Amino acid sequence: MEFKDYYKIMGVARDATQDEIKRTYRKLARKYHPDVSKEADAEARFKELGEAYEVLKDAEKRAAYDQLGANYKGGQDFRPPPNWNAGFEFSGGGPGGGDGADFSDFFASLFGRDFRGGGPGRASPHAKGEDHHAKILIDLEDTYRGATRTITLRVPAVDAQGHVITRERVLNVTIPKGIHEGQHIRLSGQGSAGGGEGTAGDLYLQVEFRAHPIYRVDGRDLYLDLPVTPWEAALGATVKVPTLGGIVELKIPGGSEPGRKMRLKGRGIPGEPPGDCYVILTIVLPPADTEAAKELYRKMENELNFNPRTKLGV
Amino acid sequence: MNTENSAPQFAICILEEQTQLTLTDLCRACAVHDEQIIALVDVGVLEPQGREPGHWRFGGASLNRARRVLRLQRDLEIDLAGAALAVELLDEIETLRTRLRALGGGY
Repeated sequence: MEFKDYYKIMGVARDATQDEIKRTYRKLARKYHPDVSKEADAEARFKELGEAYEVLKDAEKRAAYDQLGANYKGGQDFRPPPNWNAGFEFSGGGPGGGDGADFSDFFASLFGRDFRGGGPGRASPHAKGEDHHAKILIDLEDTYRGATRTITLRVPAVDAQGHVITRERVLNVTIPKGIHEGQHIRLSGQGSAGGGEGTAGDLYLQVEFRAHPIYRVDGRDLYLDLPVTPWEAALGATVKVPTLGGIVELKIPGGSEPGRKMRLKGRGIPGEPPGDCYVILTIVLPPADTEAAKELYRKMENELNFNPRTKLGV
Repeated sequence: MNTENSAPQFAICILEEQTQLTLTDLCRACAVHDEQIIALVDVGVLEPQGREPGHWRFGGASLNRARRVLRLQRDLEIDLAGAALAVELLDEIETLRTRLRALGGGY
């Protein structure tokens, strides 16, 4: 297993005072808290931070870790020496940051597994099992038509020897039509088994959409940039627009400016009511890469007497 | 026997739209006692229908809202009002980010 450099993880000096460690932890915890941070690795970072703080905030654990760690570097292969912690007495107490349930094997090899788990609500032997929470990444098309997706969950479990291991669990999940980002799919009874006669917990899957090449999403509404020619915008035209349900024809009024927003009612994500699809016009200039094209531009220049900068006073 | 794709399939629902939770449901799902959920109602983080705690019905979205506030409170050692404010501001940021993205702001 890898040696973890808790000082490096927290970004503090090895001789940092307990106060410095506490201040640094609080600051970093606010920054990396998974409910606050948008960084992809925030959750892992926050867990690692909680683990580092669990050791460094406690004078006894810190002293033991310091004695051990003097000869190691972060990431180096590590085996705890036998009786390494003889002479140190740890006065228990659950983990401080995070759920505490996911401290690394490195931590467990030093301080034992007793620090794991111990969350609230584990009282009655017939209690309902724990709920599980996970994320599921789907395509926009899945919510339009409804779909079945196979997902693999990694579930911590305890084997016959009492070791914590990770089991893979495969589920076929029906994606409900009309679900949108941030919503949760609830699978009743698919969490942990209950104790005794207690029923199993539930599984919640938080839905996120994979980035779509054409559409941007806001709730049930879709946004689409539609390129049009200068003459389509100026004279008006009927053009084809791709929607999730297929191609539709959209009438562009004459005299349209770039950025004009038009609504295709009910063409967004289905629901009660369904979302809309907003089409935003972008005007694309034909390149002046042939003599004929250049001649047309010159003709406009000479005949239109058009100054787009009058509002700027120039 | 072909065991491929034999993974079981389940009845599912959209939590935010098709679920109502009682106080007991919510306490269990958040692994907290009644008083903590009642406190969330008192600061206005959760707005159940019904007059008394025994008759409260929470919308499905309450579950994750409650979990987030409780997590922030516990992990960042902030009080309930502070955690409630943080969640409201985070929600607002998320709405603005989504809107910005939708309008092509290139967030």
